[in-house]
Amino acid sequence: MSDAAVAEPVATYDADSHDDHGAHRTSLGLSNMKLAMWLFLASECLLFGALISTYLLSKANFMAEVLAGNPKVLSTMPAELIEEFREAGSVEPMWDIPFTSASSFILLMSSLTMVLAHKAVSEDDDLQTKVWLAATALLGSTFIAGQVYEFTAFFREGLTYDGNLFGSSFFTLTGFHGVHVSGGILMLMSLLFVAFRGKLKSDRAETVELVGLYWHFVDIVWVLIFTIVYLIP
Amino acid sequence: MADLEPRLALPSGSDNGSVARPLGGFSRPRNPTGLVNWLTTVDHKKIGIMYGAAALFFLIIGGVAALLIRLQLAVPNNELLSADFYNQVYTMHGTVMVFLVVMPIGAAFANYLLPLQVGARDVAFPRINAFSFWIFFFGGLLLNTSWFLGGGADGGWFNYAPNNGIAFSPSHGIDFWNMGLLIAGIGSLTGSINLITTVLNMRAPGMSMMKTPIFTWMTLITQFLLLLAIPVLTVAQVLLASDRLFGANFFNVDQGADPLLWQHLFWIFGHPEVYLMILPAFGIVSEIIPTFSRKPIFGYPFMVFSGVAIGFMGWGVWAHHMFVSGIGPLSVVGFTFATMFIAVPTGVKILNWLATMWGGKIILNTAMLFAIALVTQFTVGGLSGVSHSLAAHDTQQTDTYYIVAHFHYVLFGGAFFGFVGGMYFWWPKAFGYKLSEKIGKTQFWTMVVGFNLTFGPMHILGLQGMPRRMHTYDVVQGFNTWNLVATVGSFILGVGTIMVLANALVSYRAWVREGRPDVGPDPWDARALEWSIQSPTPEHNFDYDPVVTQLDDWWYQKYQKDENGVLRQVHTGAEIAQPGNGEGVHLPAPSYWPIVVAFGIPIVAYGLIFNLWLVIPGAIITLAGLYGWALEPADDLDIDDDHGHDDHGHDDDDGDTAAEVDRELENV
Repeated sequence: MSDAAVAEPVATYDADSHDDHGAHRTSLGLSNMKLAMWLFLASECLLFGALISTYLLSKANFMAEVLAGNPKVLSTMPAELIEEFREAGSVEPMWDIPFTSASSFILLMSSLTMVLAHKAVSEDDDLQTKVWLAATALLGSTFIAGQVYEFTAFFREGLTYDGNLFGSSFFTLTGFHGVHVSGGILMLMSLLFVAFRGKLKSDRAETVELVGLYWHFVDIVWVLIFTIVYLIP
Repeated sequence: MADLEPRLALPSGSDNGSVARPLGGFSRPRNPTGLVNWLTTVDHKKIGIMYGAAALFFLIIGGVAALLIRLQLAVPNNELLSADFYNQVYTMHGTVMVFLVVMPIGAAFANYLLPLQVGARDVAFPRINAFSFWIFFFGGLLLNTSWFLGGGADGGWFNYAPNNGIAFSPSHGIDFWNMGLLIAGIGSLTGSINLITTVLNMRAPGMSMMKTPIFTWMTLITQFLLLLAIPVLTVAQVLLASDRLFGANFFNVDQGADPLLWQHLFWIFGHPEVYLMILPAFGIVSEIIPTFSRKPIFGYPFMVFSGVAIGFMGWGVWAHHMFVSGIGPLSVVGFTFATMFIAVPTGVKILNWLATMWGGKIILNTAMLFAIALVTQFTVGGLSGVSHSLAAHDTQQTDTYYIVAHFHYVLFGGAFFGFVGGMYFWWPKAFGYKLSEKIGKTQFWTMVVGFNLTFGPMHILGLQGMPRRMHTYDVVQGFNTWNLVATVGSFILGVGTIMVLANALVSYRAWVREGRPDVGPDPWDARALEWSIQSPTPEHNFDYDPVVTQLDDWWYQKYQKDENGVLRQVHTGAEIAQPGNGEGVHLPAPSYWPIVVAFGIPIVAYGLIFNLWLVIPGAIITLAGLYGWALEPADDLDIDDDHGHDDHGHDDDDGDTAAEVDRELENV
């Protein structure tokens, strides 16, 4: 017995169906690209989590050796610096908190300009789009410049990548973050390039939003790093 | 006459302004067959098949390594392999089997089946899917070039510090381990993002999460585990690379480093890793057993939630790999309890599979035999696992062959047997013909006998005190007999494993000789959506969206309750399957860029190992590939045309939008 009515599906429509904006229908209502970016950021949380844990452990081990007077460790840095560490009981003397606070503030402001850029592109405001994208890239680059200056200063004071645990872990953690910021700047410049060709319109607003998501994430990671590495003794 | 071929969404031949000067330089390839077709494909089915073929290739490498180990250990004081070479052989055996065989076979099934099981045209990001495969394959190749470039990795597959440092392992073997797995890991990460998005976002109308097949659920959980575990391994590998290549001090004990840092990072990855190796196989047998018991899976919500529980709890047990590393009694006790608890959701699954079979009409074909073997052998491995969870026991068992027995029972006797069952089950769907049952059953029993002869005695050897990773043993230790038995068993097992290749060839030839008869869309009378379309799977998957109203919807289209409430067959699968007409279908277009980007990254790795100058061309190729990818001509022709949803024709008859149809179905 075959029932023709049962054989027909209840409703048929093209698997490539689009909604009014031309975007594909999705089960969660979230676009695929946006969901993918959130998932990627989740994995990045684990990445930076492991790096931060490594830093905390390595720094603690380093300080333990310094306080115990391990000669192999003491010889990796200039004596005055080591002496400051011993007196403070921590690596605090290394930091220039006012300077790092300033560059942190700059990075934080770049998140604001990023939001403004997204708003501008959603409203098809070409000039503002370019202005705020450029501002974000500029502020991000200023932050990187600040990092480079800081690292050079540390290096001159005697903190090297391959000298001891503290240097290795500090430069790896902040270096990874810096590479992520630089990748973000590259993406921003690519968007700027597209904008200058007149092709960055509101139909591409989501792309800007995704770069924004990434940028904010990188910013939040810096807030964490700044707090854990610089501020908490 | 209407064009029955699915239309590839290529820019050539259409009035699309971006075609004339594609920014990326290359227009998209359009080879329908041949090598370039496979190199540039973005079709999830082809990519799944490539994952399977690559895994088979690496299986041979890992299998030869295994047989070398067994030959060396067949008799006491053997000198077939030097101690140094033996270290390389068992390290590469483990590394290849875990990362280049079991994980890719899981990926093969996931890639092929997930879009079909949720009723989608392809995965969410087809080009990223292609990239994931190629980067895995090139990473695996890079790892194995170590054999020719100074020796394989030799620190064990888990590669503990400080042995993995330059001081104790000066050869490049461990650098290859590091770089090869870093690179392959990128593929796992991008693949996980892809598949999660596909399952969460691209389900057929009416298919809520609790109406998706168990295999889909298990694979989804696996992908979440991958997403979160791979970054931790990546960090461990970056730290190791920094130490070995750039002089950092992360594992430098002289500088006060704690070598346990490696163990913690590795096992925080490593324990979820073993769950992500077994979960796809659990999903596979959860499809096979109901089909050949002619009953629905027992306790579907329990199966789902136990899988989720395993996924969560798997993060809390890592230090049971470190019971004797000096982490202290408090940690040891904590991890003992956590490990014992994780046996519970796994036990739930075993019981549910048994309950599915209970009272069912069992069909003992090859696929079902392999599925039952997984249930049995995994239970054996799980029982020895529970004994490991007790730290007091593990103190004796760890680093002995008792552990080797345990993980081979769960990984080989469990996961791999499940995969072979899955091959027999889905082969007709993928290739249009069934594998021979006669050869299949012979293969099955050969594998069962060989497997248990090899690894069964290792329980005894381990408890008698035979340590792992020793290249030989002495006559007087009392290990002689069982080692010889295990070696004999391993060769039987090898024959049995290779028989799957033989079966594929023989069955294919027989099928061709018979004139390639159509095996039909639903040869097993099964339950999930992939059986509602023709075999082999049409390139475009579904002609139209399957609309899902309940779990195992396809089954209930064939079988419905009569007036007495008894389930009766009202249709055969062949009657109501989708006919395979791809008219008017857009397919994601092929692309060169995924393989180009995947090609550049290993060059960077070789540069890091041998000569930093090599990094530059590698980075240029990768970056250029990424930009080419981003800028190549569009995939969807219609996106630039300014038409609304009504131009896409067939919504349901009331003209409702997709969202409205979904809402209607919620009330069904």
